[in-house]
Amino acid sequence: MGALTRCSTIRRSLRHIWATEDGEKNMTARDQHGGAQQQVSTALPLLELSDVSVHYGAVVALDHVSVQIYPGEVVSLMGPNGAGKSTVLKAVMGMAPVSTGTVRWHNDILASPTHEIVKRGISLVPQGRRVFTHLNVEENLELGGMHVRDAAERSRRLDAVMEFFPILRQKRRDPASAMSGGQQQMLALGRGLMSSPEILLLDEPTLGLAPIIVSEVFQRVTEISKTFGTTIVLVEHNIRGALSIVDRGYILDKARVAFEGTPKEIEDSDILTQVFLGREDNEE
Amino acid sequence: MQIRQQAISRALSQLPQALLLSLRNHLEIWATVVVVLAAASFMLSRGTGFSITLMTVFAIWAMLAVSLNLVLGYTGLLSVGHVGFYGIGAYTVAALTANPRQELLEGEIIQIFAWPFFAALPVAVALCGVVAFVVGVAFSRFRDDVYVLVSFGFAIIAYNVFVNWQWVTRGPFGIHQIPKPAIFGYTINDDLEFLVLTLAFLAIVVGISWLIVTSSFGRVLKAVREDEDAIEVFGYRSSRYKLAIWVISAMMAGLAGAMLATYTSFVDPNSFILLESILLVAIVILGGLASIWGSLLGALAFVLLEEGVRFVPFLPPEHVGQVRQIILGTLLVLLMLFRPQGVAGRFKL
Repeated sequence: MGALTRCSTIRRSLRHIWATEDGEKNMTARDQHGGAQQQVSTALPLLELSDVSVHYGAVVALDHVSVQIYPGEVVSLMGPNGAGKSTVLKAVMGMAPVSTGTVRWHNDILASPTHEIVKRGISLVPQGRRVFTHLNVEENLELGGMHVRDAAERSRRLDAVMEFFPILRQKRRDPASAMSGGQQQMLALGRGLMSSPEILLLDEPTLGLAPIIVSEVFQRVTEISKTFGTTIVLVEHNIRGALSIVDRGYILDKARVAFEGTPKEIEDSDILTQVFLGREDNEE
Repeated sequence: MQIRQQAISRALSQLPQALLLSLRNHLEIWATVVVVLAAASFMLSRGTGFSITLMTVFAIWAMLAVSLNLVLGYTGLLSVGHVGFYGIGAYTVAALTANPRQELLEGEIIQIFAWPFFAALPVAVALCGVVAFVVGVAFSRFRDDVYVLVSFGFAIIAYNVFVNWQWVTRGPFGIHQIPKPAIFGYTINDDLEFLVLTLAFLAIVVGISWLIVTSSFGRVLKAVREDEDAIEVFGYRSSRYKLAIWVISAMMAGLAGAMLATYTSFVDPNSFILLESILLVAIVILGGLASIWGSLLGALAFVLLEEGVRFVPFLPPEHVGQVRQIILGTLLVLLMLFRPQGVAGRFKL
């Protein structure tokens, strides 16, 4: 697993901006995991969906899907429209009716209501950004971290996020509606980071953005992984862009996992051709 | 010389356009100036007694408007049920404090408590809170159009309770002889003193509302208005927030109702019909959603309209009511067309 070797190197070079006790513990845990990279099969996944099915009435959105995410990884879920990519994230967030299978978080079964899940270290950046347009940038960010009771800790996080996204500091008093699509996406990412999550779930972060902004978003996602040590799950329709930044990818098709592997394995196989009916060159 | 004349005439020809532009960009300031000036000149021309009446009625409507704006403007829940809480507040104070003479009872049996006003007031406000909590547990599951319908239902039910629960409300006959507030043996009979008391309560309502909307709680309310589903992802239970603001707002409306009861010394179900709620929604929208100042301005403009139309020459007294509603309706349509967020609003419905 070359990917895991790579990400463990990244992990060692991390500098935690949140120097909390929790963060320190996480670091240790991750380093131990990195040390155990040779026995990947015995390492504990951070997030694990086993055999999960989701039905919306008669429509099958997920059909016995199993996904494992290991600490520190950047993993993408790819596939055509309606393959069930976003439903995987919704199942984790408690926003989809899971009919079979379990979602495990740190090996505990995760069956909390949506509003409890962010407190356990999982943060979702929803599709279409969904920033609160009438609120200003700072208020948007604070909403992302409001469940943190300690005000000093909150303002430290706000500062760290604004440090990471300078545009957000520059526009902190402007309403979110006054920002461009790319800036709103940065705001959505920053808002997701405010809760200092262990894992960040990104649902189509490049949807509807200009190509130059798309590459900036991908670059930012990589930097988030490096700077904050956050594990990232990326749902993407932009296959080429996603494969360039991830450690591993899952290809979903017709509500099932069709393939799983490193970017190289995915590119070497003909799975993209199969799934996208030979249109793999036009993915972007 | 000629150049100067040209410049002046050019400036004059541009004046209407400039004024229009300024009106458009600074409507809030212009409206404030116009409404406050109108109120001041109206009160000056009509004398002290009238001014006190006008301001008291204003204070009661302003409490209602501000309370509704918390729910409608800040949280985005279009409630037409506020008149119900207004009525519960009024009827609680009426039933607990009234001490009617025997001949007014006309042989009916009615419980007489004859409590002092300041003992009944907390009960009225608390009762509104309890009713709002019970109703709100169900209501906070709804949003948007459905919310309008369920709150509509609440207003209708409340009205029917006022009409039919006769041994408490005395039905259509209403409750008479509601005493003025008294404290430590001193009765607030004087209109000016009563006005001061009402304005003090208004100040409390505005103060609490201001604290709410500037706090982090208020920020979550605004986020609920923007995107109720997205806010759950960040760890907020939006139904809890909707319930909390609904209860707070209902208690404020109950306070306004309590003041109305003791002010008019008489309540009957006709003061709490659905139309009053619609008027209230109109005031809040006209004044401006998510703006406390806008609600105060809206209430003042409404009271001016209510009282002002009465003094329009050539207008037969029997048409006064209709003219008021025509003006209010026209204003509402014009604002929806040209300024959907209201005069001082921050947010469009």
